[in-house]
Amino acid sequence: MSTAHIIIKTVDITQVYGMGDISVAALRGINIQIQQGEFVAIMGPSGSGKSTLMHILGCLSQPTSGQYFLDGEDVSHLNKIQLATVRNQKIGFIFQAYNLLARTTALQNVSLPLLYNRVNPKTKEDGLEKARNMLELVGLETRANHQPHELSGGQQQRVAIARALVNDPVMVIADEPTGNLDTRSGTEIMNLLHQLNEQGTTIVMVTHDPKTAAHTQRTINLVDGLVDSITHNGRHSTQPVGEAQHETH
Amino acid sequence: MKPTEALTIAWEAILKNKIRSFLTMLGIIIGVAAVIIMVAISAGTEATIQEQITSLGSNLVFVQGAMMRGGPGQAPQGGLVYDDAAAIETGVDGITAVVVEQNSSETIKYGDVILENVEILGTTVGFPSVRDMEIADGRYFNDQEIERKSKVAVIGYSLAQELFGESNPVGQYVKVGNTKLAVIGVFKEKGLVGNTDFDSRIYLPISVVFQKFTPSMFARFMGDSVRMIYVEVDPDANLDNIITQIELLLVKRHDVTLDSADFSVTTQQDIISTQESTTSAFRSLLAWVAGVSLIVGGIGIMNIMLVSVTERTREIGIRQSVGATPNDIRLQFLTEALLLSIIGGLIGVLVGVGGAYIFGALSDMRTVISASSILLAFGSSAIVGAFFGYYPANQASKLDPIEALRYE
Repeated sequence: MSTAHIIIKTVDITQVYGMGDISVAALRGINIQIQQGEFVAIMGPSGSGKSTLMHILGCLSQPTSGQYFLDGEDVSHLNKIQLATVRNQKIGFIFQAYNLLARTTALQNVSLPLLYNRVNPKTKEDGLEKARNMLELVGLETRANHQPHELSGGQQQRVAIARALVNDPVMVIADEPTGNLDTRSGTEIMNLLHQLNEQGTTIVMVTHDPKTAAHTQRTINLVDGLVDSITHNGRHSTQPVGEAQHETH
Repeated sequence: MKPTEALTIAWEAILKNKIRSFLTMLGIIIGVAAVIIMVAISAGTEATIQEQITSLGSNLVFVQGAMMRGGPGQAPQGGLVYDDAAAIETGVDGITAVVVEQNSSETIKYGDVILENVEILGTTVGFPSVRDMEIADGRYFNDQEIERKSKVAVIGYSLAQELFGESNPVGQYVKVGNTKLAVIGVFKEKGLVGNTDFDSRIYLPISVVFQKFTPSMFARFMGDSVRMIYVEVDPDANLDNIITQIELLLVKRHDVTLDSADFSVTTQQDIISTQESTTSAFRSLLAWVAGVSLIVGGIGIMNIMLVSVTERTREIGIRQSVGATPNDIRLQFLTEALLLSIIGGLIGVLVGVGGAYIFGALSDMRTVISASSILLAFGSSAIVGAFFGYYPANQASKLDPIEALRYE
């Protein structure tokens, strides 16, 4: 196996909602590992637990049991403030609904994570410079002062991608990034994600669409709160490496 | 998040919803303006009253019979007598004038006009000067007329109008009770001072009042009783010293002790302090009422901030997803509430000061704007903002990021 840095490692993660007789197990013991530079899809039908897993991987919630190592650090028992800091420093989110702040320019939206960066605070000028560079990276430097409602869906999603990258995270979590877009814009976004991945960004994408998942190197299929199978899509030259309970080829 | 950044975000949020921000501030604006205007009005009233009282002369001492039961034919049960005044005049140092008054009420007739229960006031020569009254027409009576018990009268402004209408009263005769009196003068309008209407009375030489209206079989032994003795004090003299002299003199004359005295000695200063305590009670009442409106304004802020937190749940979720901690979220909303109330407070100060000024200019009520009321109102608006802003801000900080992001 490679000596590549492991970004995500989960050990027997479970997530149980409710209590006693009416409790529902959304995740029933997830063991996955994702290395730096990978582009991985998490797929599964509705109710399979993929959103729950994404929330845990994104440090938006804590697992009921099990351990989650993000970038080598056990984050499964952090408090709310520590989790917020981890999200700020290590994770960039891309949502289906873009989730940009309304009536706020693209540039300000991109700089938002810098506002909460206590670990490596930037001066206002440096921050804006960085945000501009990110907008340039996604090809929207000319739209810096536009507000979300003045941008197309594809453009809004590109602003969201720029925002996800501005704090140099160790990985990007994309939740159905093309779900709200037409085919052409969707393809553009996927191409952008590929481009970023080729430049070294680790991407974990949650999707229910097999065609979108097929763009990635590896698909983790969830069924009923368990990893059902892992598919190596083989479209890429880089051979992904992963450990899972079952692997099918 | 740095406080300056929180301030920027809050300022932008306020600008994004200008009308709502203004409506939220309105409660605070009204509250602060109310505090300032109310305090200005009561301070103005206080100043007016004080001026009125001081204009009467703060160097006046009032000696009043404590147990007087006036009325014709009735025995005086202690109290002041006419000779007390003479004794004060000769026995007390540092006084410039002594004036005596005794009153009764009678029916007055002039031609067809009959007025019942008119207050008749018997007094001495110094009365117009100590009570600050001026003759409009004719003249006031003199010492000889008092000595001779001359049947003369000077009438108050409104009484003259009721009796004589447009015609000149001077030289006319009026019948007071059974006594016919010559009108020799009319006072200028004076108006109400305290509860006393100086204009509806008829003023007679005190000797005439003793003889005709308050005769007493005891007068021969005890002297004619009087209602009040005014002692005008030399401005350079020590007021307390003179009060003590008067008290000692009267205690001796009446054969009583100070604790069981049948008279009381008060000064304008006493009346002023009584008035002051009344008006300051009035002022604090107004301030409380205005303070309540400030609290209502604060509740308005809390109300809108709660709505705002709900409405911006998704924004909160977005901020949380990119790394905002609960403290960051709390700081953001608390800053917004505080900024709203401080801006509201500033506008309220402008409205209050302007309102008090306009109110003073347009109505006959005087207003005095005090710096302390501005500070008080503005300070409380900030405190109200912090107090009522905390709860919504805390609610916002407790939102779950996943729920917040899902919120439609």
